[in-house]
Amino acid sequence: MTASTAEPASKVELPASVGGGGEIPTFDVTLRVRRYNPEVSDESHWDEFKLTMYGTDRVLDALHKVKWELDGSLSFRRSCAHGVCGSDAMRINGRNRLACKTLLKDLDTSKPITVEPIKGLPVEKDLIVDMEPFFQSYREIMPFLVAKGHAPTKERLQSPEDRERFDDTTKCILCAACTSSCPVFWTDGQYFGPAAIVNAHRFIFDSRDDAGDMRLEILNDKEGVWRCRTIFNCSEACPRGIQVTKAISEVKQAVLARQF
Amino acid sequence: MQVHKYDVVIVGAGGAGMRAAIESGQRARTAVLTKLYPTRSHTGAAQGGMCAALANVEEDNWEWHTFDTVKGGDYLVDQDAAEVMAKEAIDAVLDLEKMGLPFNRTPEGRIDQRRFGGHTRDHGKAPVRRACYAADRTGHMILQTLYQNCVKHNVEFYNEYYVLDLLVVEDDAVREDGTPYKQKRVAGVVSYDLASGEIHVFQAKAIVFATGGAGKVFKTTSNAHTLTGDGMGIAFRRGIPLEDMEFFQFHPTGLAGLGILLSEAARGEGAILRNSEGERFMERYAPTIKDLAPRDIVARSMANEVREGRGAGPNKDYVLLDLTHLEPAHIDAKLPDITEFARTYLGVEPYTEPVPVYPTAHYAMGGVPTNIKGEVLQDNDTIIPGLYAAGEVACVSVHGSNRLGTNSLLDINVFGKRSGINAAEYAKTADFVDLPDNPTAETIAMLDVVRSGTGTEKVAAIRSDLQETMDANMQVFRTADSITTALGDIEKLRERYRNISIQDKGKRFNLDLLEAVELGFLLDLAEAMTVAALHRKESRGGHYREDFPDRDDANWMKHTMLYKDPTAETEGIKGIRFGTKPVIFTRYEPMERKY
Repeated sequence: MTASTAEPASKVELPASVGGGGEIPTFDVTLRVRRYNPEVSDESHWDEFKLTMYGTDRVLDALHKVKWELDGSLSFRRSCAHGVCGSDAMRINGRNRLACKTLLKDLDTSKPITVEPIKGLPVEKDLIVDMEPFFQSYREIMPFLVAKGHAPTKERLQSPEDRERFDDTTKCILCAACTSSCPVFWTDGQYFGPAAIVNAHRFIFDSRDDAGDMRLEILNDKEGVWRCRTIFNCSEACPRGIQVTKAISEVKQAVLARQF
Repeated sequence: MQVHKYDVVIVGAGGAGMRAAIESGQRARTAVLTKLYPTRSHTGAAQGGMCAALANVEEDNWEWHTFDTVKGGDYLVDQDAAEVMAKEAIDAVLDLEKMGLPFNRTPEGRIDQRRFGGHTRDHGKAPVRRACYAADRTGHMILQTLYQNCVKHNVEFYNEYYVLDLLVVEDDAVREDGTPYKQKRVAGVVSYDLASGEIHVFQAKAIVFATGGAGKVFKTTSNAHTLTGDGMGIAFRRGIPLEDMEFFQFHPTGLAGLGILLSEAARGEGAILRNSEGERFMERYAPTIKDLAPRDIVARSMANEVREGRGAGPNKDYVLLDLTHLEPAHIDAKLPDITEFARTYLGVEPYTEPVPVYPTAHYAMGGVPTNIKGEVLQDNDTIIPGLYAAGEVACVSVHGSNRLGTNSLLDINVFGKRSGINAAEYAKTADFVDLPDNPTAETIAMLDVVRSGTGTEKVAAIRSDLQETMDANMQVFRTADSITTALGDIEKLRERYRNISIQDKGKRFNLDLLEAVELGFLLDLAEAMTVAALHRKESRGGHYREDFPDRDDANWMKHTMLYKDPTAETEGIKGIRFGTKPVIFTRYEPMERKY
């Protein structure tokens, strides 16, 4: 393929810094992973792996390096590898994060990097937990649009302002990083948890929806929004930057405003 | 072995599978089997939009959309299918809105629309605003909305059930002209429950394959780790042909070195591609619509800039996506996710610095052949009753040799819906096909071979070598030499694959085993893509042969059909039979493709 002769008219001077700097540096890290396989033992234990990694590598790359080169039995979920599918939420150095969004260079690599499964959900094997209780709570808050009356032939109208009202909570990828960071959820598995409330928020504040009262009634339950102690772990944990605690507060306000 | 019985079984829970499930679930007893949790599917990674000629912001109509799709696919598109898709696009978008999808809105409260590559007003005169969108997370919103509606309709999911086989029986039958043939019928699927390691058979009257793509045959790809072409691989092993496998789309703007997708919506919103000299080089290659030319053209132009020494960066091996002239507030409103990807993964601030990008393997235009009802074909004229396919696994063919941006989110909605309805309606009157004797025998044998293998080869090493050779030899520029090299490498890798061992011997979540099985599919598909690419001696859409740089309608205006056939040989590869299928024309005569 050759370009035709016309020279591009629109040309800009690029700064000298364009493209960043040369070779990607390498460094050594120790990965400390909590292992559990009930086919082998009822007890969990820690395994350490020493790895040489690149500056652009994420924790997920380190886990893959272990699985692909050192220990094929290491088990964890992952799919998209860039923070949109929500498969690989785990506890990294004591904080809930997505392994594919956590760059190794942003962690303190002078000490071992600890990786554990998220808390509050039953561990199945290594970093894999049973997500079913989490999705059960999600399903209970009616996570779908309920619009009464006849549907218009074209789209329902919604002003940009009304659309903006619930934008933040539409970003949720159901990774469970928030719910499994919540101390209330750890001690009381019945609590709906932040993610379910976030998804209720997404519909309660959608101008097209007519089932807000039903959701608020569900969340006014003793295991509902009032269990939240505004500890803010969930907001810190959210890999999508959703202001989870704020969303929960807005739901609380809505419950109070519509007292049954 | 456990046996389940359903009217309809849907394999895969991305956009196509869940759109089918919403229809089928309300009409027939339906189960959805998925190797992931539904919300992990890669539909969620799609960004820019879904086109439909709503004409909400400027004049538009479905006929223009059909034309763009046909021209974008370099005239290899089946025009009846493109027409169906463009017409039904409008309802597909309105369906999603009614299901709750939070589209961006115009000041009047209507669904907003923006520009996208190859979508034009009046047959190529200028870019048109046709893509309906939700910021740069349209796929995420579609996936969430479809899952929400599956919850609403109590769709039954079997999560982390990996389908490994399609149960096909063959009956003697006679064609209208008197010639005998073997008619395929489907009885069910065999699946492997990842959590327990147990085998489950699902007997079904109708089966919908919606398993997605196969991008992991390449190293640099926007695809998820899980996109290993399982559905295409299973179908091919069971004697179902694969259509147009040589056509693979390389999305122009992957983050350099990583392949992570940066939506074409960036260029739709005004971003510009530049080379190391700061030139807007697309002016050379597509003077009318420039940066919004279709993806095959932009990807080749980028690769050509790099090849001719105008690449940026220390190794001059990428070009730059320049958003610096856009208002930060506009970027935040319309492109929040992709700009965050640039910050997170490359440490580049798109407000002030251009972003390093290079083409990334993105989408298989080919796949399991279907007609416009979603029915799978066993040859050019014969359907397999009860078997449907939709989405990237299928080839209907609305994308021809190059898919336009946004048309895959559209494809999954239009043909997912059609497949779901047709599968359920078929199941209402059809009987179950008896399961073959010992239906799990082949699956169990395959798993045992992998589990008990004692060889010295590692799955990850073979996969990595496969991806290296595909990137080096089967990317945007191809020649007989490069393709032959890839094919030779693949044959050696297949040898090595017979000598693998895995470390995890357990039953519970044995993902070591899973990756080994997936690699088997990747090798089969890489071989099919490569054989088809070697055979097609012309350049068309995503398939560019430097040794045959022109489109050759006289000899190659036809679909490729590859069949697994132990008695045949194609391009020196035993076991593959080559065939062709006519392209369907309705309105548009082939023209030279200029933008």
